[in-house]
Amino acid sequence: MSERALHDPFTRLDRQREADRLGMLLFLGSEVMLFGGLFAAAMVLRLQHSHDYIAASKEMHYWLGGINTAVLLTSSALVAGALEATRAGRARLSGWLLGFAIALGLAFLAIKGTEYAIEWREGVVPRFSDAKLHGGPHELFMVLYFCATGLHALHVTGGLTLLGMMIWPKGAARAEREATTLGNVALYWHLVDLIWIFLYPTLYLAR
Amino acid sequence: MSRRTSQDAIPDTREERASYLNAGQGLGSWLLTHDHKRIALLYLISITFFFAVAGCAAALIRADLLTPEADLLSNEGYNRAFSLHGIIMVWFFLIPSIPNVFGNFLIPLMIGARDVAFPRLNLASWYIFMAGGLLTLAIVVMGGVDTGWTFYTPYSSTYSNAYVIGALAAVFISGFSSILTGLNFIVTVHKCRAPGMTWGRLPLFVWSHYATSVIFVLATPVLSITLLLVALERIFGVGIFDPALGGDPLLFQHLFWFYSHPAVYIMVLPAMGVVTELITAAAHKRVFGYWFIAGSSIAIAVIGFLVWGHHMFVAGQSPYASAVFSFLSIVVAVPSAIKVYNWTATLHKGEILLDGPFLFALAFIGLFVVGGLTGLMLAMLAIDVHVHDTYFVVAHFHYIMVGGTVSAFFGALHYWWPKITGRLHSDLWSRVSAILIFGGFNMTFFPQFLLGYEGMPRRYHVYDPSFQVLNVMSSVGASILGLGYLLPLTYLLWSLRYGKPAGPNPWGATGLEWSVASPPPKHNFETIPLVATGPYRYPLEADAPDEGEGEKEAERV
Ligand SMILES: [Cu+2]
Repeated sequence: MSERALHDPFTRLDRQREADRLGMLLFLGSEVMLFGGLFAAAMVLRLQHSHDYIAASKEMHYWLGGINTAVLLTSSALVAGALEATRAGRARLSGWLLGFAIALGLAFLAIKGTEYAIEWREGVVPRFSDAKLHGGPHELFMVLYFCATGLHALHVTGGLTLLGMMIWPKGAARAEREATTLGNVALYWHLVDLIWIFLYPTLYLAR
Repeated sequence: MSRRTSQDAIPDTREERASYLNAGQGLGSWLLTHDHKRIALLYLISITFFFAVAGCAAALIRADLLTPEADLLSNEGYNRAFSLHGIIMVWFFLIPSIPNVFGNFLIPLMIGARDVAFPRLNLASWYIFMAGGLLTLAIVVMGGVDTGWTFYTPYSSTYSNAYVIGALAAVFISGFSSILTGLNFIVTVHKCRAPGMTWGRLPLFVWSHYATSVIFVLATPVLSITLLLVALERIFGVGIFDPALGGDPLLFQHLFWFYSHPAVYIMVLPAMGVVTELITAAAHKRVFGYWFIAGSSIAIAVIGFLVWGHHMFVAGQSPYASAVFSFLSIVVAVPSAIKVYNWTATLHKGEILLDGPFLFALAFIGLFVVGGLTGLMLAMLAIDVHVHDTYFVVAHFHYIMVGGTVSAFFGALHYWWPKITGRLHSDLWSRVSAILIFGGFNMTFFPQFLLGYEGMPRRYHVYDPSFQVLNVMSSVGASILGLGYLLPLTYLLWSLRYGKPAGPNPWGATGLEWSVASPPPKHNFETIPLVATGPYRYPLEADAPDEGEGEKEAERV
């Protein structure tokens, strides 16, 4: 995607860049609405089964979630750094920063996977290993948890793929164009981060 | 169209002239095209096909309702017929109809651009749409779904034993097509306008598509996540919406209608844009209240997001919430009424030409007003309790969606047909079909208001014999309506071969799309036009600067 130069409806490169950016922002808007449905479901659950919701939330491994929050935030900061490095023409530095950011993204997925495995062993996975679920609302909470974090993990995977595509093809001549594309990919990565920042308190810290 | 056609000299060399239609040969040049005009035609062909399929389902329904007994379809079969009718009509015809065909074809032409902002994404959006559509067809062949187009839980998640997952997946997939199209249109309008094409000079068709696109981008993902949750509930038996497991069935309705009420405006806003263009062209007059019409499109899109609760007045929603939703639903009628008043004022003292497209526009206004006013009745809490889930509701939304949107779709098809194909069609026949459609439509759906008011519930095919007379009227009307829809298929296709070649501007209308040849060249404009005036500057002779508000605006670079 990075090798596209000026394409059809556009006659000026800056206008085309603005269009790419606006397109990405709109896409992020639709992503927010996608998760909005899940947050609405969480809100209804919290209001209707307030006590059970808090009890269920207290059983979450909030320190694993907490570590993951730190991991993802750091990754986001590194991508922002990589973008600045690309803009400053320091391609090698940018590559390193992106590499670390991707590594942290993978670490996020690994920690998330570990957490899922622990929950499996604890018997709180609805319909699969649900020995320790106490009642409907707890089950509902866990369904919501797996839906929301699972969908988020898919977005993390997508973001990592995009970041990976940014790290590979390098061409000094296209540095400027690259900065635009990386800027859009970075926006996406920040959104993935942002969604997690809202998911974490909603699911882990309800008191 | 006689009066205005004479203004245009039709080039004899038309057959040899290069256009987007002969810019590439073979199926591959169509299926891999990035040209917004060709993609629009791909959509036109596909949605016409889906319209026919869903129309057949409607024919089955109306045939079955001729008698009070169940003689044509089984109970199961009837459920499946109306479900497929609804699902295909809503998601595979009405929602993509005007935006994806005419929006795609016209927005770049109207704003002076060579294409939409993301041409490849535009093509991808058609493929996604077709994937969803073909999956739906596969489900039809396998036996269909019986949940109705609304997929209400817990029926869809627990009790139905039809192919619900497949249908959910099909609608889910087609949603991405909507999101990408909306995104593409918004960026196109923001970033691809020709020099001098300020926001105040945009044709109102573009404004209404802009508002529609906002709904596409912001409402569709809510439907996606809702359908995903229903599918999870159905596959794994977990109770997100199932009260037996602690879930909340009302939550489904909230999420579903948060999308589906704005979706009504996805269907009707582009139609309003079309009608504005048809009315000004027929009246040959400047549009009355440009900013009111543009602003009302945005107002409808915004307020349309806040009224979804009017679908749950009798579903156990808090009465305070219902009161607020009732109020907001009445409020959203104001911008719609503004449009109707402005169209009427535009026609006032115009030199009106009673051509086919104008008759379709008039049909839209008449039917939309009836649909809108009965919508106001339904927004009142007390009346809604009485007529909820009756044929009154069915008649109401068919007046908006079929009477309104489909009439506008046919109006657009007739009005821009010469631009799209380069051929003139028979004006006499287009007037005949407009009148047939208007008459047939009223005969089909007006009796349903009476049926509903007298208490005939929707979704039943065995009914009290006292309702038979009105039901037979409705079915007879439906056959006239069907004829009205078939007729254009014949004379429009006939015009492709035998129609007279069209000049660039057969209607003598304003707008950049009429400044290029018919059919337009592959890249729309040889040189990107420089826009110096606002839209609808009638009469055409007065192109010299006059008292208009257009010139005072700052040039956009
Ligand atoms: Cu509604």
